[in-house]
Amino acid sequence: MSQSFDEISAQLQRRHRKSARLKWLSMGALGLAGLFLVLFFADMLSKGLPAFQQAQIRVELDYNEDATRMGRAALDPEVSRLVSRTFERLIPGMLADDPELLGTTETRWVLANAQVDQYLKGHTHRLNAAQQATVDRLAEEGNVALKFNTTFFTSGDSKMAEASGILAAALGTVMTMLVTLAIAFPIGVMTAVYLEEFAPDNRLTQIIEININNLAAIPSILFGLLGLAIFISFFGVPRSSPLVGGMTLALMTLPVIIIATRTALRSVPDSIRHAAFGVGCSRWQVVRDHVLPLAMPGIMTGSIIGLAQAMGETAPLIIVGMVAFIPDVSATFTNAATVLPAQIFTWAGEPDKAFVEKTAGGILVLLAILIFLNATAVVLRKKFERRW
Amino acid sequence: MNMQAAPRHTVGTAPQVGQPHTRNDQACHDLSIRVRDLNLWYGQTQALKNLNIDLFEKNVTALIGPSGCGKSTFLRCLNRMNDLIPSVRIEGLVEMDGRDVNATKMDEVALRRRVGMVFQKPNPFPKSIYENIAYAPRMHDLVSRKAEQDELVEKALRDAGLWNEVKDKLHEPGTSLSGGQQQRLCIARAIAVQPDVILMDEPTSALDPISTATIEDLMDKLKQQFTIVTVTHNMQQAARVADYTAFFHLGEIVEYNDTKTMFSNPATKKAEDYITGRYG
Ligand SMILES: Nc1ncnc2c1ncn2[C@@H]1O[C@H](COP(=O)(O)OP(=O)(O)OP(=O)(O)O)[C@@H](O)[C@H]1O
Ligand SMILES: [Mg+2]
Repeated sequence: MSQSFDEISAQLQRRHRKSARLKWLSMGALGLAGLFLVLFFADMLSKGLPAFQQAQIRVELDYNEDATRMGRAALDPEVSRLVSRTFERLIPGMLADDPELLGTTETRWVLANAQVDQYLKGHTHRLNAAQQATVDRLAEEGNVALKFNTTFFTSGDSKMAEASGILAAALGTVMTMLVTLAIAFPIGVMTAVYLEEFAPDNRLTQIIEININNLAAIPSILFGLLGLAIFISFFGVPRSSPLVGGMTLALMTLPVIIIATRTALRSVPDSIRHAAFGVGCSRWQVVRDHVLPLAMPGIMTGSIIGLAQAMGETAPLIIVGMVAFIPDVSATFTNAATVLPAQIFTWAGEPDKAFVEKTAGGILVLLAILIFLNATAVVLRKKFERRW
Repeated sequence: MNMQAAPRHTVGTAPQVGQPHTRNDQACHDLSIRVRDLNLWYGQTQALKNLNIDLFEKNVTALIGPSGCGKSTFLRCLNRMNDLIPSVRIEGLVEMDGRDVNATKMDEVALRRRVGMVFQKPNPFPKSIYENIAYAPRMHDLVSRKAEQDELVEKALRDAGLWNEVKDKLHEPGTSLSGGQQQRLCIARAIAVQPDVILMDEPTSALDPISTATIEDLMDKLKQQFTIVTVTHNMQQAARVADYTAFFHLGEIVEYNDTKTMFSNPATKKAEDYITGRYG
């Protein structure tokens, strides 16, 4: 017998309730995830933003005879304890470069040391009462102030918190990623093209496919060991260099790119391939002229995401020695270098409290780059996506 | 003519298909493709059984028969599209221009240049209308200068009866056209490489009656230049456009005859039942 509307509605009620419950649950999960994200960003911003400002102090420099040997002699003893030792060490060099300076005086803003900086920012510091009084007085006179921290963006690592910067690590990351991209992208895409468009579907290719999928799930530190064993020990690639780091990360990124490319290739409808074969394209022409262009947005998105993953990777790079102390800013492939996450890791381990904000600042820079990369992926996808 | 078994046709200009009372009666009946003892397997299952058929030049041959009887499979044998299906195994002869199409020496790219294909669902390239046509001739070095290319695009579109509709929007995407226009674009794409044979697998099954009529007229016109082999489920269409009709059943050609005889006086009971709609 057929049922009346009322009977059917009564049954439906339960189903409706169920789907409503599920909806609330998933919205709750989403809300929670959002909350964590907001907390994380708020914490990082509150800790990291101060790193973009640095205390500077206006001092009178007296380039006397003693200063050619010991920079501190150029400073008034009262403030010499407040100036960064990194700057003091520069003075003899300045005098050697420009002997004309000898005997002159100069008033200028110089880097204050980390304790002054922390004191001004209201963090824990190690200034004694007299030094605090001096800083307070100088601040009132306008001779001590927090200014935009160019040092952070223009220099490498330093043992002095106030003089340490992110640039060397950022360049290291760029060089490493260039190597990774140059190796992983072509090899990954061509592998996927071969497997998807050329290879016969037999036992061997199935085994290869399974292993590629497994490779994507291997703990990244193992790739570091592989890099150490093969690239450094066997091939003698210089340790700690962007070259070896990039090669190691390329191993890690390869499966990601292969899988993304295969998915993208598979999403190209067969009717396009048939059309191309039908007008007499060779297999390679089908791939090059018809399939790859359509798959490109997917390939690029996948590759950029793989690259972003590699960029945040620390463990394998520790193994190949990329957690080095790199004070010099240089962009080479073979010299020792460090990368952003490794730099953050190093700073996080510094006992000096002043490095806490450097750590958070470094994370902000890394995050900004990652967000930029992901945005690029989205833009590229939109740009190359053809809805026809 | 006794056609209880699948007919065996001999080579020659006078086909043994009853008395061809087609519009091409006095015209040439030169052989285009000769098929002998063709068997095809998908893995273990045999999809084509002992096919023998002669396809005649500058005629339209229609392949009819119930779903799953192997019409598309047979059509794909003619330009080796079955090569793309890994499980396929083929035995027998498909001969064109005195050459065995399936021979290892035969380059399938060369074959597909001479045997073009139009698919059931219109599948223009996701490129501009112009590029859809120009791509293949350029690839095959049929054109060298831009002007030649423009000329060829216009000619192909005119032959396909699409020129007037698209001449002002050649650089718009091919997929922005209507279904019927897209199918004519695909036909234009196929004729642009100047093939000898055009295979059409249910070219109008996704189209409305008006587009269908346009394409039928087109086939009638195109057969002056090309040999056309078309698959259709539409009996009226076969009767209207085809000079010859082959009736497939369970992987065999049960009857092959000139269309008029096939539809007025079929030699086999199976074909008669199918044509009159009593099948199944
Ligand atoms: N790729 C394939 N792999 C395995 N078997 C196939 C494949 N393509 C077709 N077949 C089988 O071969 C037989 C003939 O199929 P085919 O597509 O040629 O039939 P058809 O006459 O074109 O049917 P329709 O009129 O429905 O298009 C069918 O039994 C089908 O299941
Ligand atoms: Mg079919």
